Amino acid sequence: MFSGEPARWMWEGFLTTMQISTISLACAMILGIIICVMRMTPFKPLQWFSLAFTEFFRNTPLLVQIFFWYNASYFVIPDVINNWLNDLYYWFPGPFTLFGHKFVGEWMLFNVELITGIIALTVYTSAFIAEELRAGIFSIPKNQLEASRAVGLSFLQAYRYVILPQALRIVIPPLISQALNLIKNSSLCMVIGVGEIMYQATQIESYHAIPFEAFSVALGIYLIISLFVSFCITMYNKHFMVQVRY
Amino acid sequence: MHWNIVADNFVYFLWGNTSIDWVFPFIHRPEGFFASIILAFTGILGAFWLGLAAGLMRLSRKWYIKWPAVVYVEMIRGMPLLLLIFWFYYLAPVITGQNLPAFTTTIFCFIIFTGAYVAEIVRAGVNALPRGQMEASRGSGLSHAQAMRFVILPQALRNMIPSFVNQFVSLTKDTSLAAILGVIELTRTGVQVDNRETVASFEIWIAIACLYFLICYVLTSYSRRLEAQLSRYQARDR
Repeated sequence: MFSGEPARWMWEGFLTTMQISTISLACAMILGIIICVMRMTPFKPLQWFSLAFTEFFRNTPLLVQIFFWYNASYFVIPDVINNWLNDLYYWFPGPFTLFGHKFVGEWMLFNVELITGIIALTVYTSAFIAEELRAGIFSIPKNQLEASRAVGLSFLQAYRYVILPQALRIVIPPLISQALNLIKNSSLCMVIGVGEIMYQATQIESYHAIPFEAFSVALGIYLIISLFVSFCITMYNKHFMVQVRY
Repeated sequence: MHWNIVADNFVYFLWGNTSIDWVFPFIHRPEGFFASIILAFTGILGAFWLGLAAGLMRLSRKWYIKWPAVVYVEMIRGMPLLLLIFWFYYLAPVITGQNLPAFTTTIFCFIIFTGAYVAEIVRAGVNALPRGQMEASRGSGLSHAQAMRFVILPQALRNMIPSFVNQFVSLTKDTSLAAILGVIELTRTGVQVDNRETVASFEIWIAIACLYFLICYVLTSYSRRLEAQLSRYQARDR
């Protein structure tokens, strides 16, 4: 398990998991902020859209969403984009050399499966992130905003200098745990053939008939990642969390 | 658009080939949406007791009671459900020496997986009660177990109901993972019909998503209302 082909596959799976999670996390943060801002604008249709977006994507399973983006979106997306997505495979041909290792296969190829996985994870996570952000901002009492307006700050200044610094402090631990959830959820992308840890584990299981070892190593990798992340949360709480009383 | 395909297969989405008769388990081969709901309900029922036990064990002061619960909760919370399902699917025959059907495997996995999250809910709920409750009940002569049973848990469990409902919602979403092992529940019926018809993917997946959304959204809004109602009666520190 720790040498030769299985080890190489597992390492590629780990890299793919990291790749898909980091890209999705970055996109989901951006999309989540946009959705959250839309929820707070005074323009009603934007609010409704944002509400519908968060409620719909939080209340349907990720697996169904992945199947939707992979199987069904083809029928509604314009042909230009479909062709572009299918041609992506030829834009980044292998092999790659990275970390002193030669990647012959799937890694770093932005094929349509990876893109689909990224889209599904991004949309799913951004709904959760938007809710976390909104909860964080709403947990700041309203009189903070009123007071800062009364002192003479403009609306944006009040948000920039008074509300957001406090809200971010509350929001960051749940955001970190959302990132952890994202890494765990990325294992679902195996159903459409993204070569991440779980996919590689099942692959090793069927090629070498060592299910126990393969899944143990996958478990170990996930546990290390999650322990590292919860260690980060603990450290954050210890050093930066300031107890505020209203 | 091919909405008629969805309409034709809608009964299959809901029931699959479930057969019901008067022989013991009464429901044989539950499939479709019905199977999803059965998985979710059995899962949450088992997970409640497992989680209650693990959460209370984690609150214990004795290390040999506390540490198994800590290891269990942290390990399960650190791994994806998919990994647990595969793990269990391959490991269970080695342990028990006989094949475990996919349906049973997934039920066990949902119980084990959700149990860890319920344990955290229980721990948080008990910790959220003011210390005075425990001190007062110990002071009035109850033992620790009695105080837990008659004073702390009734209050804590009532405050936990919204979180339980949320956990049930996320379990309902997670039951879709059983499709990967080949359990014919809602997602699997969607895959089957999609593969058979090939032209109606969009309509089929929208329909499946709406079915999940229906049950999850109703429960989520119910838990929100419940939370608002229950927070009025909660014992607080002064």
